[in-house]
Amino acid sequence: MSTAEQNYFIPEPSRWPAVAVVGLFFLVLGFALWMNGVSAGPVSTGIGLLVIIYLFFGWFGDVIDESLTNKYNQDVDRSFRQGMFWFITSEVSFFATFFGCLYYFRNISLPWLGGEGQLGVSNILWEGFTYTWPLVNLPDVTNYTQLIEPMGAGGIPAYNTIILLSSGVTVTWAHWGLKKDNRAQLVWGLIATIALGMIFFALQAYEYYHAYTELGLTLNSGIYGSTFYMLTGFHGFHVTLGTIMLMVICARSMKGHFTEENHFAFEGVAWYWHFVDVVWLGLYLFVYWL
Amino acid sequence: MSKSKSFLATLSAFLLTLIASPAYADYVFNLPEPVAPLTSQIYDLHMLTTKIATIIMVIVIGIVTYTILKFRKSNGSEADQNFHKGAFGTWSWILVPVIVLGIDLTIAGSATDALKQIEDYSQKNDVTVKVTGSQWKWTYEYMDDDVRIVSNMLSKEEAGDNYLRAVDNPLVLPVNKRIRFLHTASDVLHAWWVPQIVYKKDSIPGYINETWTKIEKEGTYRGQCAEICGTGHAFMPIVVEAVSEDKYNAWMAEKKSAMAAASAEAASDKTWTMDELMSRGEKVYNTNCIACHQVTGEGVPGVFPALKGGKIATGPVAGHMDIVMNGSSKNPVMAAWAGALNDLELAALITYERNAWGNNTGDVVQPSDIKSARK
Amino acid sequence: MSAVIHEDHHHDGPPAGFKRWLYSTNHKDIGTMYLIFALVMLFIGGGMAMIIRAELFMPGIQIVNPDLYNNLLTDHALIMIFGMVMPAAAGMANWMIPMMIGAPDMALPRMNNMSFWLLPAAAILLLSSLLVQFIPGTGVPINTGWTLYPPLSVQTGMGMDLLIFSVHLLGISSIMASINIVTTILNMRAPGMPFMKMPLFVWAWLFTGLLLIIVMPVLAGGVTMLLFDRHFGTSFFDAAGGGDPVLFQHLFWFFGHPEVYVLLLPSIGVLGLVIPTFSRKPLFGYKPLVFFMGFLFALGLVVWAHHQYTIGMSLGATTYFMIGTILISIPIGLMLFNFIFTMWRGSLTFETPMLFGIAIILMFAFAGVTGVMLAVVPADLQYHDSYFVVAHFHYALIPGAVFGLYAGVFYWLPKWTGHMYNEKQGKIFFWWTTLSFNLTFFPQHFSGLAGMPRRIVDYNIQYIEFNQISSIGGFLFGLSHLLFLYIIIKTVKGGEKAADKPWEGAQIGTPGLEWTLPSPPPFHSFTTPPQIK
Ligand code: HEA
Ligand code: HEA
Ligand code: HEC
Ligand code: CUA
Ligand SMILES: [Cu+2]
Repeated sequence: MSTAEQNYFIPEPSRWPAVAVVGLFFLVLGFALWMNGVSAGPVSTGIGLLVIIYLFFGWFGDVIDESLTNKYNQDVDRSFRQGMFWFITSEVSFFATFFGCLYYFRNISLPWLGGEGQLGVSNILWEGFTYTWPLVNLPDVTNYTQLIEPMGAGGIPAYNTIILLSSGVTVTWAHWGLKKDNRAQLVWGLIATIALGMIFFALQAYEYYHAYTELGLTLNSGIYGSTFYMLTGFHGFHVTLGTIMLMVICARSMKGHFTEENHFAFEGVAWYWHFVDVVWLGLYLFVYWL
Repeated sequence: MSKSKSFLATLSAFLLTLIASPAYADYVFNLPEPVAPLTSQIYDLHMLTTKIATIIMVIVIGIVTYTILKFRKSNGSEADQNFHKGAFGTWSWILVPVIVLGIDLTIAGSATDALKQIEDYSQKNDVTVKVTGSQWKWTYEYMDDDVRIVSNMLSKEEAGDNYLRAVDNPLVLPVNKRIRFLHTASDVLHAWWVPQIVYKKDSIPGYINETWTKIEKEGTYRGQCAEICGTGHAFMPIVVEAVSEDKYNAWMAEKKSAMAAASAEAASDKTWTMDELMSRGEKVYNTNCIACHQVTGEGVPGVFPALKGGKIATGPVAGHMDIVMNGSSKNPVMAAWAGALNDLELAALITYERNAWGNNTGDVVQPSDIKSARK
Repeated sequence: MSAVIHEDHHHDGPPAGFKRWLYSTNHKDIGTMYLIFALVMLFIGGGMAMIIRAELFMPGIQIVNPDLYNNLLTDHALIMIFGMVMPAAAGMANWMIPMMIGAPDMALPRMNNMSFWLLPAAAILLLSSLLVQFIPGTGVPINTGWTLYPPLSVQTGMGMDLLIFSVHLLGISSIMASINIVTTILNMRAPGMPFMKMPLFVWAWLFTGLLLIIVMPVLAGGVTMLLFDRHFGTSFFDAAGGGDPVLFQHLFWFFGHPEVYVLLLPSIGVLGLVIPTFSRKPLFGYKPLVFFMGFLFALGLVVWAHHQYTIGMSLGATTYFMIGTILISIPIGLMLFNFIFTMWRGSLTFETPMLFGIAIILMFAFAGVTGVMLAVVPADLQYHDSYFVVAHFHYALIPGAVFGLYAGVFYWLPKWTGHMYNEKQGKIFFWWTTLSFNLTFFPQHFSGLAGMPRRIVDYNIQYIEFNQISSIGGFLFGLSHLLFLYIIIKTVKGGEKAADKPWEGAQIGTPGLEWTLPSPPPFHSFTTPPQIK
């Protein structure tokens, strides 16, 4: 009764986890030193990054090999899927934190500073301050830079919404291709998705540039700028990660990996991409529009 | 109480109290005596929950003790394998929560009543005091009288047994008046807490919190800063002097005239001598700066720089004036003092720092210099 | 009940040398590493507590300066919670969960190894955050307490950055460990092990894992915002720029309160095995226990602001948080009473794990009732940030979490090592810790009521008696841990051979598979799914 289906799969001892830890350690140690102007900081961060890149090739390489040699049974596949699901859950929680903060500022603490509600007396500390959103006039601008104009919802953000939404469609189309075993559709779907992701990224970069140079909207322009960059910045970071993951599975698809039944890596990335999509919708609604 | 009390005596007294009494029998083992309606109400609530807690613990300890005495294997107790299948086993999951819910609601009920009292800010207040916490002292502003006092910790020698619970300028308040406190902070979080007259509320920089009280008994009440605020958190005592209305009014009048005199003096364009400035400067220094830079001017190595022989305190006067008036650009802990002190005080202070502790630069800074530096 | 254990197909015992540990994909080896790491951290964090207690033995500043005191305090808390209790509980999960549910290993063994090795890396960062203060020019030491409230934490120097990144690594580690454990439980159960037959310990860890997956990212978000305020000019926690320092408290406690149940639940899980074993009687009310654990999980997520009653919330919000918090006595009360009813009409014996079990019931119930006293807002406005709170949470943390781990260690040591520990020494250890623990922390209720604030390096002479008793108790409590270490080392090295099922009553009513394996179990527990009948 000990067929591959019956037997449990346990990977051989692997050096990758330890390498990952070393990479992360140097990366964050470098950040901490760098922020305090210690010259070893950038070096340490660089080492960390190199180790992490090495790690990606190594660890993913192993997993891909195992997958191709059919070492995984249904159990392992399910574990991967559930693991990915819980990982995305934690990411939801991470973004919910920032959305929660935005809510807190806009509906609780800023009205207090403006003289309404429970802690409304606070307003006597900030004479002349009234609350508006986007917050153009700060309670005290001494340590901050003056915001000139808030970011509108039209133009680039609106295009970006369309772009990300269509990328959700293309990735699904690629998935259909995979299920029908239509390689061309799979690969072209992925390439289209990657292209859309990159356009999104470029537009976002341009938007930041515009905000910094023309709108006076910076990290230092008070709470509006702070929340704006925190939310869009972390989202942009996730888009970047997602695009890299898409590239990996695109390359694998070109090499002919994945079958109709066995394509967890593809689905994991697709889930992630949809998640990034949904977060953007929230951003568009609460950061740009309302 | 003193250190000399033998430790053994304390220990045995303590253990005896534990055995002989519920925790609340003795004054020392409980919240200090409340002297305001609100704190009395809280005290009663505290007694209620303490009693409920004690009863619950007695029940739990009782059942467990009975169980471990009665059902031990060495007594020949046989395990009843079907106990959990009986009626009790079937229904206890409702029974226990319902009983606990009952107790919970009793507690919550009386707590909600007290809470409504506490949060009742609608009535008219007789005195409003703005309490500002700073690292590491308290500033009190009587909002209706335009009087401001700064309250610093007294040294060990001056305070004796009250060390860490004694200050130079206590907050003076009248009894039997409704007093409103506005809490805020200038740098980091602090919390103003005098358990006998008013519970604590956080002082949050940039925001204002409110509490109120009515003191019913004259006396001196002590407390401490209750929210960690850095190096000097243990050294931020609070003292409230509750006095009769007459005494309060007299005190207030005196304070006002003293303050008027001080500001008139600062505004005059008199040229001050070194000695005058030094003696005034020492006072200002001792109320505002010793918390960090210490009486000796030596600071705390690695945390607060020494002014004695310090680079800035013996360097160019302009740089010295800049850091004292505008604060440090590198370290926010060294705050800007231009707003809190008047021209004379600043001039005296800087003169003092440049000549005390053997700094002997010989520089004299006049109020007029400060005035022009303020631009 | 029997399990079919097949020939070990791989038959590749552990690889030799350091690779066995550094490259491990074996749940038992990783579990062992977690446990050893936790033990080391217990001594480091406990050593810090000893310095704290020594400093507080007398009024005045004798040993450490105020900033160093506050920094030690901060690290004491972080090390005990993130370095000691959580890793120890994760170590037990690693060891026991696959064996209990009949899995070969954890669902994602390589990631499992990474979760562990992140901990030493984070510990190095954490300890360097303490040590950088001795290098001139690194700014103010971390003098904030473990809650890291801004603006104070914005003032501090370079140590804080190291600490923030250490918290990031700890967070990544816990999230990965939790994903792994949750996936293992959901996906790797042997045929015939439905959810409602899982040992309570497995249930407890399922909820713990879910809690961590939800709340750790919030803490990560909070400290990231702190980092940005410190270095990149944002104004999240500065009113002048439109921010609010209190927001950080909400984020911290949204993580922090569920965190206390993260610490508590694994030891409730251990109790769910220990109490039936030594009562020789099935667990009383298994289903309600599971159900109310879920209730605790949900309620625990929505009551965080009871740590912040003094910040100035609206009457409505305060009342809500108060009532929510008080209601937590229902699920936890049910758990404790079900354990008592398990002992009722049992056939009790009092081996070391059972002694700890009973002590937990009594002392944690006490922590719980003082917790309910704290939950009552008007009263908490007096107790808050006083030693009363310190007393409450050490009663909750030490009996509630640490004693549960001790019970687990004594309960499973025979299984892990194949040797019985010395029962007499175990009992001495129990009585010594329990008595000295109470001597340490019981008086702190009174110093708190009398008005002694927490986190102070120097106190007024009126509090001297309580503090001296507390310090002496603390030293005795600390010393008892040397005996603990001795017992463990001796049991690992040798001793009476342990049977596969060393406890007569083990397994009554719980179908966990751990006792069907030899002691110590083979390198790979199960290579093919065991059948549960
Ligand atoms: C393992 C950890 C743990 C656990 C399980 C708990 C459990 C509880 N805690 Fe505690 N707590 C901490 C660890 C823990 N706590 C820590 C670390 C802090 C301080 C953090 C800091 O500031 O640094 C803290 C602080 C803290 C505060 C803030 C105090 C302050 O700062 O002002 C409050 C206030 O509500 C509180 C309440 C509670 C309550 C209601 C429970 C409940 O879950 C308890 C429920 C249990 C019972 C009630 C007992 C069993 C029930 C019965 C026997 C039935 C009958 C009982 C009744 C009807 C009452 N805790
Ligand atoms: C799981 C968590 C945990 C554990 C196990 C402990 C264990 C201990 N804690 Fe701690 N503690 C916290 C979590 C914990 N604590 C938290 C969260 C805070 C709040 C921090 C804050 O305010 O920010 C705190 C704060 C805190 C304070 C408050 C300080 C203050 O507010 O100023 C004190 C003071 O007594 C204290 C004491 C102790 C003692 C004596 C132990 C003992 O149980 C430790 C015993 C263990 C050992 C000692 C093991 C090591 C043994 C040796 C090293 C052998 C050598 C022995 C000798 C030299 C005698 N702790
Ligand atoms: C809360 C603590 C605190 C208080 C109160 C304080 N200082 Fe400072 N002071 C500091 C710190 C910290 C620095 C170091 C600043 C830096 O590194 O830029 C400093 C630096 C200085 C310096 C420069 C020393 C040097 O040589 O670098 C002077 C002068 C000074 N303070 C004067 C004063 C005066 C005058 C007062 C009272 C009105 C005062 N300080 C109150 C914390 C404090
Ligand atoms: Cu001010 Cu603590
Ligand atoms: Cu809590």
